[in-house]
Amino acid sequence: MADLAIDPRTELNPPLVTGGATYSSVTDQISAITEGKPPKQWYVVMGVAIPLAMMLFGCLAYLVANGIGVWGNNSPVGWGWDITNFVWWIGIGHAGTLISAILFLFRQKWRTSINRAAEAMTLFAVACAGIYPLFHTGRPWRAIYWLFPMPNELLTMWQNFRSPLMWDVFAVSTYATVSALFWFVGLVPDLATLRDRATNPVRKTIFGILSLGWRGSASQWRHYELAYLILAGLSTPLVLSVHSIVSFDFATSLMPGWHTTIFPPYFVAGAVFSGFAMVVTLMTLARWVYGLENLITIKHLENMCKVMLATGTIVGFAYGTEFFIAWYSANQYERFIFLNRAFGPYAWAYWTMISCNVIAPQFFWFKKFRTSIPAMFTLSIFINIGMWFERFVIIATSLHRDFLPSSWGYFQPTWVDIGTFVGTMGLFLTLFLLFLRFLPAIAISEVKGVLHHQINTEKGVAH
Amino acid sequence: MNELIQINPSSLTGKKYWRSLDHLADTPQFREWVAREFQDGANEMMGGSRRTLLKLMAAGFGLAGLTACRRPVEQILPHAKGVEGLVHGRPVHYATVVQVGGAATGLIVESNEGRPTKVEGNPKHPYSLGATNAHQQALVLDLYDPDRAKEVQKGGVKSSWSEFGAWWQEASGKLGDGAGLRVLAERSSSPTLAAVKAEIAKKYPKSVWVEYDSVNFDQALEGAKLAFGQPLAAEYQYDKADVVVALDNDFLGLDAQTVLPVKKFSARRRVEEGRAMSRLYVAEANFTITGGMADHRLRARVSDIGALALALAKELNVRGAELKVLGGSSSSKDATWIAAVAKELAASKGKSIVAAGPRQPAAVHAVVALINQALGNTGQTVSYQKPVVEATDSLAGVKQLAADLNSGAVKALFVLGGNPVYTLPADVDLAAAMKKAEASVVLAADENESWAAAPAWRLPEAHPFEAWGDARGLDGSASVQQPLIQPLYGGRSALEVAAQIAGLESAKGYELVKKTWASQWGAESDKKWKTALFEGVIEGTQSAAVDAKADAGKALATAQAALKPAAAGIEVAFYPSSNTWDGRQANNAWLLEAPDPMTKLVWDNAALLSPATARELGVAQGDVLSIEAGGKEIKVPAMVLPGHADRSISLSLGFGRAACGRVGQGVGHRVEGLRTTAAFYFAAANVKKTGAQYQLVTTQEHHTLVEPITGLKRNDIVMEQTFAEFSKAGHGTEGHAEEHGEGHGQSLDLFAGWDYSKGYQWGLSIDLNACIGCNACMVACTAENNIPVVGKDQVRRGREMHWIRLDRYFTGSEEDPQAVMQPMACQQCEKAPCESVCPVAATSHSPEGLNDMVYNRCVGTRYCMNNCPYKVRRFNFLEWNKNVPEVKKMVFNPDVSVRMRGVMEKCNYCLQRIEEKRTLAKSEGRRQIKDLEILTACQQVCPADAIVFGNINDPESRVAKLKKQPRDYTVVEELNTKPRTTYLARLRNPNPELA
Repeated sequence: MADLAIDPRTELNPPLVTGGATYSSVTDQISAITEGKPPKQWYVVMGVAIPLAMMLFGCLAYLVANGIGVWGNNSPVGWGWDITNFVWWIGIGHAGTLISAILFLFRQKWRTSINRAAEAMTLFAVACAGIYPLFHTGRPWRAIYWLFPMPNELLTMWQNFRSPLMWDVFAVSTYATVSALFWFVGLVPDLATLRDRATNPVRKTIFGILSLGWRGSASQWRHYELAYLILAGLSTPLVLSVHSIVSFDFATSLMPGWHTTIFPPYFVAGAVFSGFAMVVTLMTLARWVYGLENLITIKHLENMCKVMLATGTIVGFAYGTEFFIAWYSANQYERFIFLNRAFGPYAWAYWTMISCNVIAPQFFWFKKFRTSIPAMFTLSIFINIGMWFERFVIIATSLHRDFLPSSWGYFQPTWVDIGTFVGTMGLFLTLFLLFLRFLPAIAISEVKGVLHHQINTEKGVAH
Repeated sequence: MNELIQINPSSLTGKKYWRSLDHLADTPQFREWVAREFQDGANEMMGGSRRTLLKLMAAGFGLAGLTACRRPVEQILPHAKGVEGLVHGRPVHYATVVQVGGAATGLIVESNEGRPTKVEGNPKHPYSLGATNAHQQALVLDLYDPDRAKEVQKGGVKSSWSEFGAWWQEASGKLGDGAGLRVLAERSSSPTLAAVKAEIAKKYPKSVWVEYDSVNFDQALEGAKLAFGQPLAAEYQYDKADVVVALDNDFLGLDAQTVLPVKKFSARRRVEEGRAMSRLYVAEANFTITGGMADHRLRARVSDIGALALALAKELNVRGAELKVLGGSSSSKDATWIAAVAKELAASKGKSIVAAGPRQPAAVHAVVALINQALGNTGQTVSYQKPVVEATDSLAGVKQLAADLNSGAVKALFVLGGNPVYTLPADVDLAAAMKKAEASVVLAADENESWAAAPAWRLPEAHPFEAWGDARGLDGSASVQQPLIQPLYGGRSALEVAAQIAGLESAKGYELVKKTWASQWGAESDKKWKTALFEGVIEGTQSAAVDAKADAGKALATAQAALKPAAAGIEVAFYPSSNTWDGRQANNAWLLEAPDPMTKLVWDNAALLSPATARELGVAQGDVLSIEAGGKEIKVPAMVLPGHADRSISLSLGFGRAACGRVGQGVGHRVEGLRTTAAFYFAAANVKKTGAQYQLVTTQEHHTLVEPITGLKRNDIVMEQTFAEFSKAGHGTEGHAEEHGEGHGQSLDLFAGWDYSKGYQWGLSIDLNACIGCNACMVACTAENNIPVVGKDQVRRGREMHWIRLDRYFTGSEEDPQAVMQPMACQQCEKAPCESVCPVAATSHSPEGLNDMVYNRCVGTRYCMNNCPYKVRRFNFLEWNKNVPEVKKMVFNPDVSVRMRGVMEKCNYCLQRIEEKRTLAKSEGRRQIKDLEILTACQQVCPADAIVFGNINDPESRVAKLKKQPRDYTVVEELNTKPRTTYLARLRNPNPELA
């Protein structure tokens, strides 16, 4: 409906918060989530998530008690679902950092409603991811300290710094640390808000400690903004570096299908792609559970769909480039490994990947799909699946038929593989639901920032 | 104490110390106890008389003297390293001998602190020359099999040898002339056993001694009898032959009794010695490893070989030979083949060999002997010897035995070793017949079918490494079988039980064997005995070759008349198993896990058939077939083997044991049930699909070097060339190297190189032209390096642990491919992809160029395995060494650590052997380890001498010289991994007329 009264700027920049929200209504709405009883849906999802998380711990205990043989890994496929899941989870984390850091530096105001949850998602995804590099080792009780450069009695036995797995250890642990700091620093003003609203002394004490004495003074805000900016600056290269380094695990090897210079940008694009898909999946759900339609608007979601479209297309282009380079290299093994992906025993996985990652995001060219919650939810699920398959295809299909046909094999997952993977989803969901329940899922102070801008815009006041 | 304890009032001042509560209470009993110098009982002895004291002292001295009464000393002598210098922790080696079907192979067994742990061939023994086969490598595991027969049983109840002796004392008294005495034994060439047999025959003139082996070589002896009028064993000098024609004869594999043919044959395949390469023609049904070595292979059914031999004879114009059309296989293709072979044979008179396999009837062996005679090969490349075993018709013997048993004429039956209840053909039901004997006694190595069937006495048999004995090689050269360990379960050898049957004064193996030889040696007996034990072979015992001459015309007519027409329809033929031989090693996990060289099948046997026959029958791999022959039926899963002859099915003996240990129980399918005395080696059969499915597990699919999807051949894995091209160019693979390697200029390396200007730099060379793919290296490696066995299910999941594997590739068409074998172990790359990716540096470069594997440091990321282009690293996915029975732990090599789960492992060029020789060189004051002083386990066992290890820093070392051969190449060289293991390219020597 065409309304001539609408400011053209509003049309270009639709409001980021709708429903006539005010400063106090935003505080009330977000804080209330952590103060009152959670809705019924929360219990339902938690009822699924906790048993799954328990299953994860059960599977890991079984794994450690018996050995990697309880999974489907074999020779030649030394890595199966373990590293697939690791890369997938790490990738998912990327959207959180991208939203909070890069979009912050680019002054993309629309990030405010989703950055907190996206950052939490990053942390939990990294936690899930971190399980695999440790537990995929044959002797995790040794790996846990030999992978870090700890002093030993003679100070002569060092890690092998030539190994990309070593780089991985540093990249991921740095990433986890910086993400956690960034997230926590961002939380401080909101924790203070919760502290101030708290009536229960226990609650007051806990939030009091966590808010680090935040009083909201101008000088505190000044320091805060600066710290936040620095952390954003620190996080930004991590978005690129972590997945680049993860991709080095493959790119620096000599296996056809792994040994590819395109991997770092391709992995980063893939990570952002899958991360945004996961944010959309979670946000559409959270929005529905907590009725946050006014804060997480269609505008937010549409923007994320656009990011998915862009990164999805990059990923699709990378698939094509890989094939082209395989042909162009004139290397028999390269050519074979790619044709084998598409037409060999794992063709089903390859085509699942193509359909989910290349075809599915194309729907986002249409505004109808970008603004339809069911459509984007469905497509985001497809993309999550597709990106999991991408990692699986890269790992399993490259390994299962390498140089000597005598050692070719096939990988089949076992129930423990499945249990561990589904279990990490349970852990992730549990952590995410706990976060929704106990911490402000939307950055109150930041939303107020855009609210101010928006109130002014609505009033037609130039700024 | 009844009194109340009171504090002593007279206590002195200060701290009071008391010995007991009595002391504290100062009771009268305590005072008395303190006062007495000797306590109660201390002076009891004083009560006795002086006489008693003297009596007791005398008894004491008497008892002390008893310790001098020891068991008689039976000395065994170490082979090379004297007991004098015995150092704990260092193994001692003893020479001994084992026999299969009477053919002896000399061994040297390593013993660590009294435990035999590793078998090697005896370089001085003419039928070993330092090598063994896979079965002999696995003998130590048989020794420590926890499922061996462990006790003497009478009627299923535990008894003892002395009770058995007492029983026989009594029972033998009633035997009279021995008309009711039967002995069923395996063929043996033991001179001592022959003497004992003679004793039995003397004491019981009417007794019958029957010999039977499931896998036997009787028909060859019979064939010689047909041709020459006397049973003779043929010896082929493959090293002297330019042309070899093998007719259904896997002489490099399971149709040979020893590894000598491989030794000899391979001498003509290692062409770097400047020799011309021989040409091998093979006509066979099953695709054997001999067929894999063939330059020309003709797929022919077992039952068609007779016609083929006759056709060849005709072509050769052997006098009186006529082409009888037998069966339908003489197609035009065969005719060209035969013509070409005949032409070549005629051109290499005196320098060729035609040999038929043990499945072929006597008539075929006769025809073959006549061909060799006509070609002038006899005396040149073929010689004949008196057989070392008695050439009796064993099938008639067992049939008669069963009849005697069933008629109730047998009073006592002795089964001395083997497992006849399992191995005998279906028409001889020994288990049932045995019950009809008044008493039957079974001597068995394990609790097998025969053991289970024995109604009266069950006796545990000693392992060859536990018992004294002797045996002859095929040329008659004798060796003493020296035990390495006391019988673990109190078993006795067949020889000892035979001596008991004979009622000899001493039934001790040591005395029996020593007596046999002492009687021949006379005065110098002791010295010669020691030499015999030390050397492992007794000098001057070879028999001279028999100058055999056949009346060709007459013999050929008889042979032709005896040849049966080929079976119409589908035939089945029985082969020994590469895993269990005839079932005797069915409980041996090392062998069951060693994949069959051609099919790569593990823990199973299958009905092998050609792709065309599979299509004809409408079966696919894993379909269970019902095979019916002679009224008997068995069910076996089908396996399609490229290159198999059409309308023929190959069945492997020795599987599906009903009573076996925990390893072999229920493994595979018993095919013995299809054999009859009339059709013992092959039979016509009806085959149909049952509709059931069975999972067969292989370590390698039937992948060829041709990629699926693209159809391109991978050229840098196995390199082949024809001998003609090779000798013309004299370059071998050099052209290839120029094209891919140095031709591109300096290779770029990411990491700096290592300095090898001093010391050693190890390397290995494998000659693909010599390697036959027999598995001996694989089992030797398993024994040497404590490699765990994982079982069928884990192999299915791709988790086998072999450090060296034998890659088998087919080339050419699916119907009639050629095969090539490639032993593949860690290549010890100079620029190792595994080293750079290990995060904890658990695999790192040694100063001598090896990729060392530090098990303690490994955390098991498996990254190295992923990045290995050769996929030779093995990961302990589970704890493979859990639940190893105590006795089985004795087989472990103490020089190699046993790896736990979660750790990567791989070949390290037998590092422990390198270190052993390094220490030796140092202790002997040498600066350098000599060339070929260190032998890796695979190298030492290799009957084809295809593997050579050494120091490549030394340009004079054998390995360095081999690496300079034009045939030398690197697998997937373009990866620039610079492996230390390189290969010598396979050569084919095709006949231009057939090419």
